[in-house]
Amino acid sequence: MLEIKNIDVFYGDVQVIWDISFEVKQGEIVALIGANGAGKSTTLKTISGILRPRRGEILFNDIPLHRLEPYKLIETGIVHVPEARRLFVEMTIEENLDMGSLKGEAKKEREITKQLVFELFPRLLERRRQLAGTLSGGEQQMLAIGRGLMGKPKLQMFDEPSLGLSPILVKDIFNVIKRIKEEGTTVLIVEQNVKLTLAIADRAYVMENGRIVLQGTGESLLNNEHVKTAYLGV
Amino acid sequence: MAQLELFLQTLISGFLLGGLYALIALGMALIMGVMRVINLAHGDFMMIAMYIAYWLFTFFGIDPYVAVFIAGPALFFFGLAIQKYLLTPVMKVDSILPHNQVILTVGLAMVFSNLATVFFTGDYRSTPVSYASSAWYLTDFWKNSPVELSLSMPWTISFVIAVMITIALWIFLTKTDTGKSIRATAQDLDAALLMGVNVDWVRMVTFGIGLVLVAVAGCLFLPIYYLYPALGKQFTNIGFVIAVIGGMGSTDGAVIGGLILGIFESMTATYIGMGWAPAGRFSIFVAALVFLPGGVASILRKRRLGK
Ligand SMILES: Nc1ncnc2c1ncn2[C@@H]1O[C@H](COP(=O)(O)OP(=O)(O)OP(=O)(O)O)[C@@H](O)[C@H]1O
Ligand SMILES: [Mg+2]
Repeated sequence: MLEIKNIDVFYGDVQVIWDISFEVKQGEIVALIGANGAGKSTTLKTISGILRPRRGEILFNDIPLHRLEPYKLIETGIVHVPEARRLFVEMTIEENLDMGSLKGEAKKEREITKQLVFELFPRLLERRRQLAGTLSGGEQQMLAIGRGLMGKPKLQMFDEPSLGLSPILVKDIFNVIKRIKEEGTTVLIVEQNVKLTLAIADRAYVMENGRIVLQGTGESLLNNEHVKTAYLGV
Repeated sequence: MAQLELFLQTLISGFLLGGLYALIALGMALIMGVMRVINLAHGDFMMIAMYIAYWLFTFFGIDPYVAVFIAGPALFFFGLAIQKYLLTPVMKVDSILPHNQVILTVGLAMVFSNLATVFFTGDYRSTPVSYASSAWYLTDFWKNSPVELSLSMPWTISFVIAVMITIALWIFLTKTDTGKSIRATAQDLDAALLMGVNVDWVRMVTFGIGLVLVAVAGCLFLPIYYLYPALGKQFTNIGFVIAVIGGMGSTDGAVIGGLILGIFESMTATYIGMGWAPAGRFSIFVAALVFLPGGVASILRKRRLGK
């Protein structure tokens, strides 16, 4: 479904991604894990076209994303739920959800999808006319995920959805992601919470210093010695 | 009683003036919010719209209030073209100066006002509309009113149209997807891009709408003001001062800031002297910078977001 082939990414003259290749197959949850600064967010931003690879290619169902105008990404069926949520803080919750469904099919089914999102996150329903900036961190994350769902994605990319949430909320968010997969959406997730992530991931890639150093099924990586010492603190 | 009458009358004219100022500032705020650019040719675009309305009146007898519907669209398309062929290309050029676009707008302002002088001479012009000096008087409606107040007809019509346009803009920004996309782009450009907003297109449309607003303001000023080629500078200043009072790029701030400045200028003119308006404008500008950095918008934001 999504193929990343040998990409190099630079910020100015500084290279931060070195010859990365990986793929995401239809129906999978694939995780990218790694320490701070490993280049995980940079990888997602490159997939969504905010950054351009200097070399290599990115194909989504054979569409070359590395040549696509970034605003057209969502129409291909990819939704990127960015790091730090990036909500429109001076707009209401409902307006944020509207912004997630500007195009095509998603726009037509806006009200129906909205009901589904409200079912998933009843707190958002109560606060629908409140400004997004007044929400708690956890609620903001729910809104970010909900805004992503509004786009009816085939592939949803999450960048650290559990950042800054209490353990209970983290569990909730992971359950939601599992549910999203069960309903047929493919998931690419970047996370610091390695244990929970590997537990729900079909496959995962470990990034260090802008390179992929390990890959395998979620389960095999949970039992990998390097992963255990470096990321699980065992 | 005469004192009270003078005060109330001054307040009313300030309010009417403020409504028109708000329209000018709204256009500037929209452009500033989405493009992070101060349009220093804003007043000169207004001047162009006023000449359009002036010639329509002179040659075809078209009322300036009707000219709104001609000058507005004309400036909209002019804005799209300027954004597409001048501002966007300049934005992509790297240079030591971070604000190429602002400098470009300064250049545009000079070109426009000089061209207007060449073509139309520096003469002061006005449209002698039939209702220029008509007014409504309070005593006509309320025989025993303790004070006598008047409402100038052209001022009032201009104000009412300004209010209607402002409401229309508000509905557009809050109820339509395009309007929401404009606000979203102003708040977080990359996030808007991820939502599928064609940011370049939004920039174009926003610039166009900003110019429509100032064009309408120009048509509304025509029956009550003089027109001359260099008038733009003064109105650019006014827009900029309001932006500082209201908060850069804030539309709510522009409306409140416009009313504040209108009332303030009217008070200065009545109680200090006609010629003091620019000095008053400058002092409120400095005061806002010192005592209220962030403008009215920062207070509004604090109240709404609780931070
Ligand atoms: N805008 C930028 N300009 C220059 N360098 C950047 C920029 N953004 C990120 N970097 C650098 O690129 C590298 C990778 O950053 P990235 O944000 O992709 O890491 P990450 O794996 O997502 O880390 P984290 O887990 O902390 O979010 C880091 O060294 C970072 O300093
Ligand atoms: Mg990151």
